[in-house]
Amino acid sequence: MPKASAKKSEKPVDELSYEEALAELEGLVASLEDEQNPLEDSMRHFERGQALVAHCSALLESAQLKVQKLSGESLIPFEEESE
Amino acid sequence: MQPTLFSSIHLTVSQLTFHIRKQLENDPTLQDVWVEGEISNLSRPASGHVYFTLKDKNASLRCMMWKPEAARLRVNLQDGMAIEAHGRITVYEPQGQYQLAVNLIQPKGEGALYQEFLRLKAMLESEGLFAPERKRPIPQLPHKIGIVTSATGAALRDMLNTLRRRLPLAQVILAPSPVQGVEAPPALVKGIQLLNYQLPDVIIIARGGGSIEDLWAFNDERVGRAVAESKAPVICGVGHETDFTLCDFAADLRAPTPTAAAELATPITLFDLSRDLLSARTRLTSLTLNLLAEQKAVISSFISRLKYISPERRIQSAYQHLDELSRRAFSALTHGIQIQISNVNGISKRLLSLNPEGILSRGYAIITRKDDHMVVSKVSQARGEMKVRVSDGEFEVNRGLDTAAVIE
Repeated sequence: MPKASAKKSEKPVDELSYEEALAELEGLVASLEDEQNPLEDSMRHFERGQALVAHCSALLESAQLKVQKLSGESLIPFEEESE
Repeated sequence: MQPTLFSSIHLTVSQLTFHIRKQLENDPTLQDVWVEGEISNLSRPASGHVYFTLKDKNASLRCMMWKPEAARLRVNLQDGMAIEAHGRITVYEPQGQYQLAVNLIQPKGEGALYQEFLRLKAMLESEGLFAPERKRPIPQLPHKIGIVTSATGAALRDMLNTLRRRLPLAQVILAPSPVQGVEAPPALVKGIQLLNYQLPDVIIIARGGGSIEDLWAFNDERVGRAVAESKAPVICGVGHETDFTLCDFAADLRAPTPTAAAELATPITLFDLSRDLLSARTRLTSLTLNLLAEQKAVISSFISRLKYISPERRIQSAYQHLDELSRRAFSALTHGIQIQISNVNGISKRLLSLNPEGILSRGYAIITRKDDHMVVSKVSQARGEMKVRVSDGEFEVNRGLDTAAVIE
């Protein structure tokens, strides 16, 4: 079933979390598989899809485990002791 | 008191030793006693009896164990081991030595603590805190992972390395806490509570291996309750494979070690994500290419049809016709010219053959009479002085009238 996400207003790609981006990407691919879309829509899906793929790739490649520690009720960066 | 030769009691060594023995053996405290200390000088001679010394900072005690009791030992005795030994004090008179005849040994602290653990476990279990229905599933892709453990030590380091490897996308929040000692349980409880305020997807509570005493904070009733009541699902990774604490039962998932806890907290890894992304990208590209190919085919077909009916084709056709005509005209023209040329050639040849010079070269002569006007073509004309022209010149002849008549 094609997702209705194609028509509603979309957040800029780089504001999406990994999960949001991946979910939208899956939706776009499913929509393309549907084959009933006008060509123009399909091209837009493709371009958006490309942008999502690039965003997800960048997130994966640049991902660095973020470690913080609780100090009272607030968070501060955590410095690991070197081995 | 000055020793004198006249002291009240005179005993032999045996008598004195016997007296001492009686004293000790009549003392109830000494006849059913648990003694706590560290093993040293362990000796297991062939007889099967076991001898060792139990010591602490200030004193030492000789111990022995008869073969039958020694054989029943659950514990593997070693020098340096902290144990509790149960037995009675006896005196070995030949050596003037008091000793503990041991009949039971257990690792230090184990017995009592273990009992306490069983009691607490039963209590919390009866309240339903360990019920399977209470267990919550661990999220497949956590964004925020809380960890309650000591800020120093190998457990945290190992967990962070594991998480870094499996899911660097995640965010880790550490609630540092002592993991043994009296201050540990309240700190662990506080850690769980404060982490829950941060709304993590999962909480790991962990520490490295140790004795039942070392792990005791995780058997504390308060900590067990805090784990069971945590809003976020809890994975408990305390000690080694075979260590079970209250937290293990109270948690939503038990891990054998801290590293295993980190693995269980990240079911989906970077590898899985990369692979899914690659698959999505491939499908995206191939679907789009297919769509484009289809459209291209439609357009190509239109182009073909348009080309067929377009004026261009007719113009081409006309050009071709024109070319054909001009080719034919040219062909006709050149053919005509050829014919003319060959006609001329024919005439020319004939002319040549009529050329007097040509005739001469074939051996004929031109005879001319003196008056130059007449070319002699008949014998009757051939009289008098004549010029004879042959191919390469001329000469004169004279044919008299008589000779002319003679020849006739």
